[in-house]
Amino acid sequence: MRRDVFQAIADPTRRAILALLALHAMTPNAIAEHFESSRQAISKHIKILTECQLVNQEQSGREIHYHFNPQKMKEVDTWVAQFRAQWESRFDQLDELLKNQNHKQS
Amino acid sequence: MTKREAVFSKDMENKKVSVVRLFDAPLEQVWKAWTTAEILDLWWAPKPYKAETGLMDFREGGQWLYCMVSPEGAKTWCRVDYHTIDSQKSITSVVVFCDEQGNENPDFPKVYWKKQFSQPDSSTTQVDVEISFDQTADMEMLLKMGFEGGFTAGLNNLDEYLENL
Repeated sequence: MRRDVFQAIADPTRRAILALLALHAMTPNAIAEHFESSRQAISKHIKILTECQLVNQEQSGREIHYHFNPQKMKEVDTWVAQFRAQWESRFDQLDELLKNQNHKQS
Repeated sequence: MTKREAVFSKDMENKKVSVVRLFDAPLEQVWKAWTTAEILDLWWAPKPYKAETGLMDFREGGQWLYCMVSPEGAKTWCRVDYHTIDSQKSITSVVVFCDEQGNENPDFPKVYWKKQFSQPDSSTTQVDVEISFDQTADMEMLLKMGFEGGFTAGLNNLDEYLENL
């Protein structure tokens, strides 16, 4: 199952995990303590976040720490920026047209 | 006159993006601009693309078949299937990528559109556009394709947009 960033951040729990990890790296246990859900559910969320590289894991001694990878979030930003640029261009052209039509009418 | 700001929002949970924009023109005129092929051809394609209508049958169950023409002359065809039309109020439609004859290309995602038109006052029209997808992967795919036919915003502008997100 291929994971994409959009899908990963579509879930509120996963967004909350990312918000925690954006502050500092955490162990899975520390992450799970912040949530009502079962540990299994939380580790499944972490697995999805890892699969789409929004989160990286690092082994330190016997513990695993999860780190937030802000680079990956840029993909979503790029999407929104492209979308926005496309519409801004359209709207500017429509404004022009409407303005010219108004001149003709008055 | 100052430029109107478009308001963009994304709702990943529901696989939706929306755009709200005001125009300094009466509702009737704005509605016409969104629903008449000759006018759409003049503004629908983001620069430097051009839109060309192949066929426009604006009614419930009808369709708008058009292409985006790149500066090099490459054409990407899209078909808009109109589902509901409430004159000067709202339009719902499904958009697919297709060939020149309008035969859907099943390799590309369907995109669902809802447009709403309202008039805060007699000289201003508000348009709300809501675009939704079957799955988040479709959103990613659309970006890779450049939304509609290889559209890439002047990439030099992209950094500017990213800064202002």
